Amino acid sequence: MTPAYELVVGMEVHAQLLTQSKMFCGCSANAFDTEPNSNTCPVCLAMPGMLPVINRQAVAQTIRAGLALNCTIGAEAVFARKNYTYPDLPKGYQISQYELPQCSDGWIEIDTAHGAKRIGITRAHLEEDTGKLVHADGVSLVDLNRAGVPLLEIVTEPDLRTIEEVNEYLTRLRQLLVTIGVSSGDMEKGAMRMEANISLRPAGSSSFGTKVEIKNLNSFRAVRNALEYEIRRQSAVLATGGQVEQVTMGWLEHAGRTYVQRSKESAHDYRYFPEPDLPPLAVSREWVAELQASLPELPLARRSRFMAAYGLKLADADVLSADRGVADFFEATLQAVGGVVTPHKVAHWIMGDLFRLLNEHNLDRIPIPAAHFAELLQLVARHVINANTGSQVLKTMFSSGESAARIVERENLAQVSDANVLESAVQSLLAAHPDEVARYQAGKTQLLGWFVGQVMRETRGKANPDLVRQLLQKYL
Amino acid sequence: MIDLSTLTIHACHQLLQKREISAVELTRAYLDRIERLEPRVKAYLHLAPELALAQARQADARRAGGEDNPLLGVPLAIKDMLTIKGMPTTAASRILEGFMPPYEATVISRLRALGAVFLGKANTDEFAMGWSTENSGFFTTHNPWDLTRVPGGSSGGPAAAVAASEAVAALGTDTGGSVRQPASWTNLVGMRPSYGRVSRWGVVAFASSLDQVGPLTRDVRDNALLLTAIAGADPRDSTTMPLEIPDYQAALGQDIRGMRFGLPREYFTEGMHPGVRQTIIDAVATLSDLGAHIEEMSLPTTRYGMPVYYLVATAEASANLARYDGVRYGHSAGADTMWENYRQTRGQGFGPEVKRRIILGAYALSAGYYDAYYLQAQKVRTLIRQDFEQAFAQYDALITPVVPIPPYKIGAAPTDPVEMYLTDILTLPTALAGVPCISVPAGFIAEDGASLPVGLQIIGKPFAEATILQIAYAFEQATLYHRQTPPLAHD
Ligand SMILES: [Zn+2]
Repeated sequence: MTPAYELVVGMEVHAQLLTQSKMFCGCSANAFDTEPNSNTCPVCLAMPGMLPVINRQAVAQTIRAGLALNCTIGAEAVFARKNYTYPDLPKGYQISQYELPQCSDGWIEIDTAHGAKRIGITRAHLEEDTGKLVHADGVSLVDLNRAGVPLLEIVTEPDLRTIEEVNEYLTRLRQLLVTIGVSSGDMEKGAMRMEANISLRPAGSSSFGTKVEIKNLNSFRAVRNALEYEIRRQSAVLATGGQVEQVTMGWLEHAGRTYVQRSKESAHDYRYFPEPDLPPLAVSREWVAELQASLPELPLARRSRFMAAYGLKLADADVLSADRGVADFFEATLQAVGGVVTPHKVAHWIMGDLFRLLNEHNLDRIPIPAAHFAELLQLVARHVINANTGSQVLKTMFSSGESAARIVERENLAQVSDANVLESAVQSLLAAHPDEVARYQAGKTQLLGWFVGQVMRETRGKANPDLVRQLLQKYL
Repeated sequence: MIDLSTLTIHACHQLLQKREISAVELTRAYLDRIERLEPRVKAYLHLAPELALAQARQADARRAGGEDNPLLGVPLAIKDMLTIKGMPTTAASRILEGFMPPYEATVISRLRALGAVFLGKANTDEFAMGWSTENSGFFTTHNPWDLTRVPGGSSGGPAAAVAASEAVAALGTDTGGSVRQPASWTNLVGMRPSYGRVSRWGVVAFASSLDQVGPLTRDVRDNALLLTAIAGADPRDSTTMPLEIPDYQAALGQDIRGMRFGLPREYFTEGMHPGVRQTIIDAVATLSDLGAHIEEMSLPTTRYGMPVYYLVATAEASANLARYDGVRYGHSAGADTMWENYRQTRGQGFGPEVKRRIILGAYALSAGYYDAYYLQAQKVRTLIRQDFEQAFAQYDALITPVVPIPPYKIGAAPTDPVEMYLTDILTLPTALAGVPCISVPAGFIAEDGASLPVGLQIIGKPFAEATILQIAYAFEQATLYHRQTPPLAHD
């Protein structure tokens, strides 16, 4: 069944920027989990006569994000005041880029069922975060530790057509921001907060339907659920000949539904005007070039290179390029194994054993040096240990931090490749199991595996399985 | 006992240097005089005798240790728009009653480092919005030249304090004339420095693109001294300019022969008091005698100064004053709900003029009105700036009156706010252009048996404070009006 309506979505993402200090004062940009209001100063408390000073690092991070998003970079950093009243906003206005965003007219590539697609980035601008309200025992308390932390707001064109595309966009954006070190991407700590602008239109139509804005979406799952809910709600309205109202909605995570926060008529008038306390900050071409040079290889470029240079399949290249740490580890290992192990084998070990161990240990960073990992893979490739033993050794490497060779030596794990030793083990095994030998010789050749297993057990897994197999075939 | 009536910073400096008086004795003398005169003048909102004496003791110790500078041990009055550690800052508003800043203004830190003594916080119109101190949330200051009249504003408190010899000199703030206008009405020298010359950090904001701190002094030399102390870039105020501070003292006493001055005809407005007009005509004659070339010229955008100022200043103020919400500091009504507490706190805390300007400013910024008001005002502001730029291509300075009228009686202000706004019409365009100007004593008008001071305004190119000080000094030394003292000088 083809759906009657097509989904049109534009996303707004607020990403907390990785900087030392807040946007306009010297307070830490990373200490808002501390004692409430301890990470504040007269500037971010908006005391009388306090003035903002632009955090150059935040501007630099914004420009880096803009470059990674293929945006045009503004020649000046210009700020405005966005006026509204709420206790989490100490000045009564938020300092934000408005008419002249730092970055504009860019794009990001995503994968879709129909191939690669460019999602337009309307703008990416810099602003400051608010504090937060804590409601307890019938009173509301204000915590301003987070007030003034720099935020990057990234706004897309209404280019997203399916929930999968939205999810893919958010995943790619997060990947990009984390890779270039602009944001931690830590969703649980609120490092990325999203708003979705959604409308439906009859399939095949080229004009847009009425847009509904859904605010406070704090996880990709919340985005997905909220969009699914809104598609159902709006489809039902349209199907019965109704009109979707232009409103701003919130998302109730626990109830699994949207609710109207305010109507179009009661939309805020933010009375924007240029921030008179901050003359525009010049952004020189030299500075932009310097920032461009500071960008690492971006995930999609790296993915293509992994495929071209190492012959990896798209899916593997995608996994290995998604996280900069993993990708760096992959390439460092490749370099260290010096051709003894194929890229495909290295990829296989990383995505298999290594990822499993990372999961088990609940780690998001690989705790062992690539050189150690490469040594392990070399030991396996040179048949010093077999693959099973290799897995065991890797496990020990995770917990002890020792090198593979040291573990192999200490635990005497080198595989037995001495034909004489294995020959006598094979002979005594066959002598002890005349029935199985007879059945094998009668045609039940699957028993070969069983014989191999028995020898491996005898040698506590250290036997070279290929050699054992050869010897068994010789004597059977 | 020492005669404080004509005491200047440089005179204090000599006495202190020669050990004819100590900073403690000097400070005590001022504190005594304040105690005697304050019931009549009401210049101060807050006095800090103990802090002042402690500073004076330190100054004496520093001088005994071999240190010396013209401000070491000199007692000053500071407008209550500037924060000083250890003293409350209210901006003369009930909404900030009891607020003690845990910081102090950059200009105060600079003066403290030089060893100046802060006697207390002087009165102002609430948030510097006014021309008379009648908008103070606490009380009105009286003009020492005629106690039944206003001293001007908004820096009326600091001006009256110096005029009544309740301080050697003072710091005020000038957003649209708030230093120059009270200086003119109290026979003082009042400077509005170029925008960006003096740090605004720690100065309660009224209108960010207009506010400047300026010295109110008994003579031009003092003004140069105090400006030297407070001027200069501040990394905490991004609107300050990283420029060298010239030697302002060196400019004093230099000939003004051959300088070219413009006399903008638009500044001789209708409704100007004939005494003011005559004073300026006399002043022009004096400057001619000193060898300057003066000619009438035109600043065609002058009449837009008032509407542009009241749009820009109120728009900025509407945002700057949003922080006074009763949540973090200052007055809080303690109402039951959040919105009710906002309403009551701000309703009780702000006076009528402040409310009027917040509403006007918010309106000018509103959707649908922004283009017609705020944006249009910014465009015209650019034209006003260009007007001055063109003038300064031909002239070294411009000569104008400061206020078209002499100080009025307390309570007798024009009741129509628009008519009232005309009081600062001659000081607004310069504020919008960001150019430096100085008000210097130029004579007196006799009215109802009182002798009412009139000031002369000298306007300079951006950052040409040295030039206007040079001209003001030449004029001052040729006329000596600044030596005249008010009737209560020896009370
Ligand atoms: Zn802070």
